[in-house]
Amino acid sequence: MELILSTLINGLSLGGIYAMIALGYTMVYGIAKMLNFAHGDIIMVGGYVIYVFMAFHNPLLAILMAVVFCVLLGITIEKVAYKPLRGASPLAVLITAIGVSYLLQSLAQIIFGSANKMVTVYDFGSVKFLGVTVQVSALVTLAVTVVVMTALTLFVKYTRLGRAMIAVSEDKGAAQLMGINVDGIITITFAIGSALAALAGLFYLLKAPSISSTLGAMPGIKAFTAAVIGGIGSIPGAMLGGILLGVVESISYKITAIAPYTDAIEFSILIIILLVRPTGFLGKKRREKV
Amino acid sequence: MAMLEVKNLQVYYGVICALKGISFEVNEGEIVTLIGANGAGKTTTMQSVVGLIPKRSGTVTFDGHDITQTPCHKIVHLGMTQVPEGRRIFQELTVYENLLMGAYSIKDSSGFKNDLDAIYTRFPRLAERKNQIAGTLSGGEQQMLAMGRAIMSHPKLLMLDEPSMGLSPLLVDQVFEIIKDINKDGTTILLVEQNAGKSLAISDRAYVLENGRIVLSGTGAELAASEMVQKAYLGG
Repeated sequence: MELILSTLINGLSLGGIYAMIALGYTMVYGIAKMLNFAHGDIIMVGGYVIYVFMAFHNPLLAILMAVVFCVLLGITIEKVAYKPLRGASPLAVLITAIGVSYLLQSLAQIIFGSANKMVTVYDFGSVKFLGVTVQVSALVTLAVTVVVMTALTLFVKYTRLGRAMIAVSEDKGAAQLMGINVDGIITITFAIGSALAALAGLFYLLKAPSISSTLGAMPGIKAFTAAVIGGIGSIPGAMLGGILLGVVESISYKITAIAPYTDAIEFSILIIILLVRPTGFLGKKRREKV
Repeated sequence: MAMLEVKNLQVYYGVICALKGISFEVNEGEIVTLIGANGAGKTTTMQSVVGLIPKRSGTVTFDGHDITQTPCHKIVHLGMTQVPEGRRIFQELTVYENLLMGAYSIKDSSGFKNDLDAIYTRFPRLAERKNQIAGTLSGGEQQMLAMGRAIMSHPKLLMLDEPSMGLSPLLVDQVFEIIKDINKDGTTILLVEQNAGKSLAISDRAYVLENGRIVLSGTGAELAASEMVQKAYLGG
């Protein structure tokens, strides 16, 4: 029982991180219709910014700086690398995104070296909860993700800007005919995605206080998997896919016999779901225009 | 001075020339129609004038502004919008939310309630279905919604691209009545239609577009009486 509960809490917390990252993938895909494979590396950049500003021993300052820096970086990447390619073939955009990903990783390696850096943002300790010991940081992660996701859902549904985002994701031309500045909406989308990635970077450091230039690579791919499982372009889908993947991963790690195959199991789930439901759980069927 | 003046407009899709330098104008208060066969360049004209597709050369002036290079969303703020071909309502949003999007360019929200009531009065079906997801509406209702959504932005000039397409004869008549009504309320109309008979009947002036060129122009009645239009577009 204790084992189940602690596994579940860890899974939900890990799933929350995946969901945060997956939201960045899915919103950018929904609105700019591109796969931003450099998104995972924003997590790593966020981590390094926290590492740098922890020199002042002020976690809140470090987190704030990470969010601000990542937002500016995300907007800059979009303007410099992706905007000139609007209307180009999806393959060109995809390759550019992969190039940006390597660029960020290499820059981090040049600046910070290839050895892992250690940084403790804040030690929350652990508590006894219904007879099991859980890391408070896992609970904090879970709580923050729930708040962020709720806020984002309400923002998209009930604000003028949020509705403009839905309009752009559905039909860029019609959105422009409403007077919506599509480029502006794309910029805002990248900003939101990057802010979420910075928070994900924080959560990784809370889980394990070590950072390297490839910190964001695997979480990026896992979160992308989560976004596709949930239905790429769908915000609730990204949340669902993230949580699902996090819980599966957490359970799989606890079962000795299959623990080494955890990644393989997660990606197999992706393949199976794509075979059964090619649009993911909550994805829309794309109707071909005639 | 004309409200909308298009001079020598050329549009290319890659190397293919879709508009070979067309010129036309729309004066305040008029209903002007472009008629032409499939592929003549009607939709291309509409989309390039409103800034949705790039122009190769030529100039477009609207209400005293040179809008040749102005992006579409800014043109909408100047007071020109379009009901695009195929309606293109936001399928996932409700009827009400679609109308809300229509008012996106209106910064002052104090008149929103009145505008909304006016739309619901003009289109009672939309009032009945205001909380329904727009994608579930019938074709006719979607056309009403697309027109209502466009009117929410208070356009001085409303462009309508094939508003009667795919509608039953009864609804087609209704759509043309509504266009006349909107015009009477002070909105200038630029219309693109394959239904030449009905559109010429309500038009002050009209142009015939063939293979990316304007080949004929005149008043609605003149064109309806012309032998060439009768042969090609009115089945005479």
